[in-house]
Amino acid sequence: MSDEPGPATTNIPDDVETPDELDPESHDSAVEEAAKRTPRGIPLRVDGLRKEFGGITAVDGASFQVEAGSLTGLIGPNGAGKSTTFNCITGVHTPTAGQVQFNGENITGLEPHEVANRGLVRTFQIARELEEMTVLENMMLAPKHQRGESVVRSVTPGLRRDVVSQEEELREEVWEMLEFFELDHIAEVEAGTLSGGQRKLLEMARALMTDPEMVLLDEPLAGVNPTLEEKLLERIHELREDGYTFLFVEHDMDIIMEHCEHIIVMHQGKVLAEGGADDIRNNEAVVEAYLGEDVS
Amino acid sequence: MSTDTEGRSRLVTDAGYIAGAMLLLYVVFLILGTLQGYPVAGIISSLQRVTFLVAVYGLAVLALNLHWGYAGLFNIGVAGFMAVGVYTSVMLTAPVGASPPGLGLPLPVGILGGMLAAALVGLIAGLPALRLRSDYLAIMTVAVSEIIRFTYNSNTFSQFTGGASGFDSIPPGPIRQLLLQDASSIISEPTPLGAAIFQFMEFSGIGWISLGRPDTINILSTLLIVVVLVLVYAFLVRAVNSPYGRVLKSIREDEVAAQSLGKNTSRFKLKTFMLGCALMGLAGIMWFGAIGQSSVYPNAFRPEITFYIFIALIIGGAGSNTGSVLGGALFAGLLFEAPPRVATILTDALGVTNAPDTIIGALGPIASGQLTPMLGFLLDNMSQLRFIFVGVLLIYLIQRRPEGLLGHRSEIAAATDLSVRPSQSKGGETDE
Ligand SMILES: Nc1ncnc2c1ncn2[C@@H]1O[C@H](COP(=O)(O)OP(=O)(O)OP(=O)(O)O)[C@@H](O)[C@H]1O
Ligand SMILES: [Mg+2]
Repeated sequence: MSDEPGPATTNIPDDVETPDELDPESHDSAVEEAAKRTPRGIPLRVDGLRKEFGGITAVDGASFQVEAGSLTGLIGPNGAGKSTTFNCITGVHTPTAGQVQFNGENITGLEPHEVANRGLVRTFQIARELEEMTVLENMMLAPKHQRGESVVRSVTPGLRRDVVSQEEELREEVWEMLEFFELDHIAEVEAGTLSGGQRKLLEMARALMTDPEMVLLDEPLAGVNPTLEEKLLERIHELREDGYTFLFVEHDMDIIMEHCEHIIVMHQGKVLAEGGADDIRNNEAVVEAYLGEDVS
Repeated sequence: MSTDTEGRSRLVTDAGYIAGAMLLLYVVFLILGTLQGYPVAGIISSLQRVTFLVAVYGLAVLALNLHWGYAGLFNIGVAGFMAVGVYTSVMLTAPVGASPPGLGLPLPVGILGGMLAAALVGLIAGLPALRLRSDYLAIMTVAVSEIIRFTYNSNTFSQFTGGASGFDSIPPGPIRQLLLQDASSIISEPTPLGAAIFQFMEFSGIGWISLGRPDTINILSTLLIVVVLVLVYAFLVRAVNSPYGRVLKSIREDEVAAQSLGKNTSRFKLKTFMLGCALMGLAGIMWFGAIGQSSVYPNAFRPEITFYIFIALIIGGAGSNTGSVLGGALFAGLLFEAPPRVATILTDALGVTNAPDTIIGALGPIASGQLTPMLGFLLDNMSQLRFIFVGVLLIYLIQRRPEGLLGHRSEIAAATDLSVRPSQSKGGETDE
């Protein structure tokens, strides 16, 4: 079940780079070696992003990139502009200036659904579970391009058969995902009754049901209790190994340092520093920005 | 376990609710009719009228439930869309020589045309408003509804709309066409089928009950509207028990969340708005264009009709199709139709004569211990006062039971039984 959810793109390097004549043993390690040496793709590029709300400049010319298959952390003090950056990337807000590219395509100013349908989905800092819908309904909503989203197909006797059969397939995937996130025992309750942590899990599981390539997580651990937190981080790592790319906002520095291979620090709407955990720890600007801040 | 049995058992429960409500209404009106000393035919015709109201309210409330109950679209211009439906259908089907003239097209063309026109007005109203915050839709729909009424009312277009008096003789409905050789005249020679049916209803048929032609035509026309209601209900139940219904619910709950999952919510909202408007047009055609009404005029579509429909939906429970029909039935029967009849009975029974015309005239005698004038005043004005009761009931409902009668049920929006787990579905295959 854990090998199930994974974007199709993960398989592409295997297919492309593996010469048929190599025997399976050496081919595996050769691919791994190649993967380590050759730079990975850059699905997300943010360039000079700027967002003003009236007089406030929430994001002030931020530029960064996210590598394919990485777990990249985005940190910064309160009000640094992290959530606004997410909102601008995913079309919830239109940026005042700057550009967002996803897989080489300029997606700046697209509608949220257009961004999501390109394989870039996000969760929200304050979970947006659909309260009066059950966990199952929340999950079943997510898969893209469902046949039964057309009224005509849903009501016409002959065509409804396809709607039903597709839903049966999706239902199976949904249950697997719920088991993966250990939400299956609450599948039939209304999402509004879930705990804060469960909502975060549900939101992430639901986002994954859209079959994305890259997921933006806005503080997925906020309000999640420590045992659940461990579980969630574990899940994120497992999924990353399946080929998903994550950009991950989190307040807890230690978690970011421990789990993210690449870290972007924002401060007052700008990217202050970027690099591995050690680079960030020793970066004076970062230390200064966080001075007096409670970063525990 | 399986969808089928679960769906079927819910269907049985829901049919039970509706049957129970209808039984209640029939008993109430049987008693009222008896108390008023109606002849049997009169009682039957009052039951027919209640059934008619239940059916047309049901149609309108179902359409509003699609908008507001499912997609959270706050349409407070229902009356306007009903008006467009019935006016268009009358304009299409009225004889060419009539005044105001029609196009003389067949009835099905008129019905489809009326629905289409209502959907198009929905498109025009929805296109700008649905992109904005939800309150804009409310303002837009109520404005459009009133503009429609004023337009039909205006002298400028009276050549086509009949102005304030509207169409005073609208084309006869399908039952008349089926039973009478000249459908426009009740005393015309009946068709062979008509002759048989009239004969049956008048003499032999149901023992001691004898019903004349108008009653027979009204009853059959009402049954036809009930059939339309059943079809629309079935259509909507199917439509929303599906991925489409899920998207609608998600728009109602949190549109940004739906968009962020890749749903083009603007498109869904616009389509759903147009579909609901078309159904409101259909409700208008059935309500004002079918029976009991021989004319269509602008002031039948005042905004209060919209509010009645909303109240019925709140009573029944927004989000539930069965609740919509139930709420429509209870509102139409108990709150709309019954109070004036009760008032008449009480006025007679208490022997209240020459009730004061004004509330001042009614209040004065209370000081001298006379309550009868006040009572008389209240009973005399029951048709207006019932809406105070409705208001009180509404406040009570919103505070005590905001989800209405059936809105609390979780009606899962899915084409299949989602609770079937992969492992279970393999085990449970045998009973399917
Ligand atoms: N919709 C909005 N309208 C006006 N100002 C906003 C809006 N959204 C964000 N801001 C402002 O923009 C700035 C950046 O906010 P943002 O939410 O992006 O910060 P953040 O880094 O996510 O902070 P936190 O860690 O608290 O979540 C803040 O000053 C905030 O008040
Ligand atoms: Mg934030």
